[in-house]
Amino acid sequence: MNEAPSISVQRWNAVSVAAVCSGVALIVVLAFGPSYLGAYLTDRLTTLFIYVILAAMWNALAGYGGLVSVGQQAFFGLGAYAAIRLSNAGVEVYAALVIAPLFVGALSVPLSSFALRLRGGEFAIGMWVMAELAHLLVNLDGLVQGETGTSLIALNAFAPDARRAFNYWTALAVMTALMVLVFLLLRSRTGAAIQAIRDNEDAAASVGVRVFGTKRLIFVLAAIGCAAAGSLTLATLITFQPKTYFSIQWTAYMVFMTLVGGLGTFEGPVLGAVIFFLIETIFGTSGVWYLVGLGAAALVFSLFVPRGLWGTLTERFGVRVMPVGYRLNVLAGRGGHESRRNAR
Amino acid sequence: MWVDQILQGVLLGGYYALIACGLSFMFGVMRIINLAHGSIAVLAAYLVWMVAEQWKISPFLALVAVLPVMAAAGWLLQRTVLERSLRSGALTPLLSTFGLAIVLDNLMFERFGADTRSLAPNIGDLAFNSWSLPGGITVGYLALLTFVVAVALLGGLALFLDRTKLGRSIRATAEDADTAELVGVDSRRVYAAATAIALMTVAIAGTFLAMRATFDPYAGSTQLIFAFEAIVIGGAGSLWGTLVGGIVLGVAQNLGSQISPQGFLIAGHTVFLAILGARFLLAGRDPRALVHALRRKSA
Repeated sequence: MNEAPSISVQRWNAVSVAAVCSGVALIVVLAFGPSYLGAYLTDRLTTLFIYVILAAMWNALAGYGGLVSVGQQAFFGLGAYAAIRLSNAGVEVYAALVIAPLFVGALSVPLSSFALRLRGGEFAIGMWVMAELAHLLVNLDGLVQGETGTSLIALNAFAPDARRAFNYWTALAVMTALMVLVFLLLRSRTGAAIQAIRDNEDAAASVGVRVFGTKRLIFVLAAIGCAAAGSLTLATLITFQPKTYFSIQWTAYMVFMTLVGGLGTFEGPVLGAVIFFLIETIFGTSGVWYLVGLGAAALVFSLFVPRGLWGTLTERFGVRVMPVGYRLNVLAGRGGHESRRNAR
Repeated sequence: MWVDQILQGVLLGGYYALIACGLSFMFGVMRIINLAHGSIAVLAAYLVWMVAEQWKISPFLALVAVLPVMAAAGWLLQRTVLERSLRSGALTPLLSTFGLAIVLDNLMFERFGADTRSLAPNIGDLAFNSWSLPGGITVGYLALLTFVVAVALLGGLALFLDRTKLGRSIRATAEDADTAELVGVDSRRVYAAATAIALMTVAIAGTFLAMRATFDPYAGSTQLIFAFEAIVIGGAGSLWGTLVGGIVLGVAQNLGSQISPQGFLIAGHTVFLAILGARFLLAGRDPRALVHALRRKSA
């Protein structure tokens, strides 16, 4: 008998339910971190959270928006600078750290009108020029005193242990908020648009996707996220030397984490951040060869493993962990074959 | 004083055109922005410096020895990295050349350390002698030589593209690689040859970088940015536009430096962004597009 195939759209499956539940559980366990981790690990994990933010934001830009930026250090540096300025203006210091990225996000809206008109390599280096310009302009601020820099003095009011714990919680909260935001964005109607743009911008535009508006959303989100990473880094380092914050090395880290983890996947950047974090923790930032390795890995992955570790693994085993996509189940009659299509 | 600053800016623009030449050429032929361009220029500077120091010879002779090495490196770069990049989508060339730039910068740091180097001591009078013009204006020998070499190189490339068989193959491939293949052009060979030529121009630019100032392993990123700014200001892909772009950038920087010490870089970047912005505002009002539309209407 020939029945019409029954088609259903599946968004959740057993694996993804388990993954989201364990993700939530992990965050809950991490939330009590400072009480059982000890000073060293608390600091290290704070750094890991910052890396996850950076990787996820760069991935949102390049992996979903198709925008390769080598100037995200602009927002990283401006985030730290805005926090200094806000704190100096009398805003409570942890509030300043969280509000600063929103200011940078507001600044990125007019910038996006300009930047998003640039294509490919133009966008990449155009962003870099903006980062250089931001660096030079911040240097002109009397409060910063050029490359001498300044410090987030207000943080000295806290005892070291309290500061460590607050940094940890702030970083964890900001990371969780941004990851949930990216998750919800990808699951929403806009998410479908984003993934369509990722796969083919012209084709997406031809079926009515608002390409510019969607890209602007990603651009601003990435600006806020990178600024948050910058202000959180300021909380851990306390000192603000423009050279450190506006350095291209931050973008190099982001590129490494995203490419190794998996460009254009939700989970890949998290994996990339963990790998980067482990390399850094085990080998230390032992200078030059470490950076040579990072660059070589970015080169090799971009050429030979373009989907990164996560993309390659999920492709091979056909699993889907975080439910950000759609799966189409087409069942043709009884005992008919099931054809699956991952729209992610 | 302003005349002097503008003149020095024009001469500086000659250097920017020189460093931008290879980047512009590769973009014109393959539509690749090579993010390792600046690092490769610094690598060339180190090679010339090494050869010149080792055998105690003039940097110009050393450059002659380095040119074939850089050509071979270009061929290799195309075959190992760029060819694969070109096949795997629009973003890959950016990602792979960015990775390459990090590798090169840090390998050079590993090999040569943080000390800044310069070829200025190796060229004697050329480094500091100058002609005095009326009005207290001076024109440095080296600055003028740089400008002349830039013009000669751009002119030579234009002639090469126009008159030689390989040049015509390169233009055909740049226009439409698939169609060029149909008429018997091997695009792999053409791309490799174009990259080899581009890297030879980078070797020349690197030599002048080393003669006019100091350089260090991480100097590449600044060179890349200046080269890119020159190209975009002048209109991407056009060789003579690159010279105009370099001059505009050089003049803006020199005038900016009169306002404040940081003004040099700030003015350069600002002019670059302003010209990009103006281009967007004028887009759609392109006079050529208007002419085109009129012609179609009358047809």
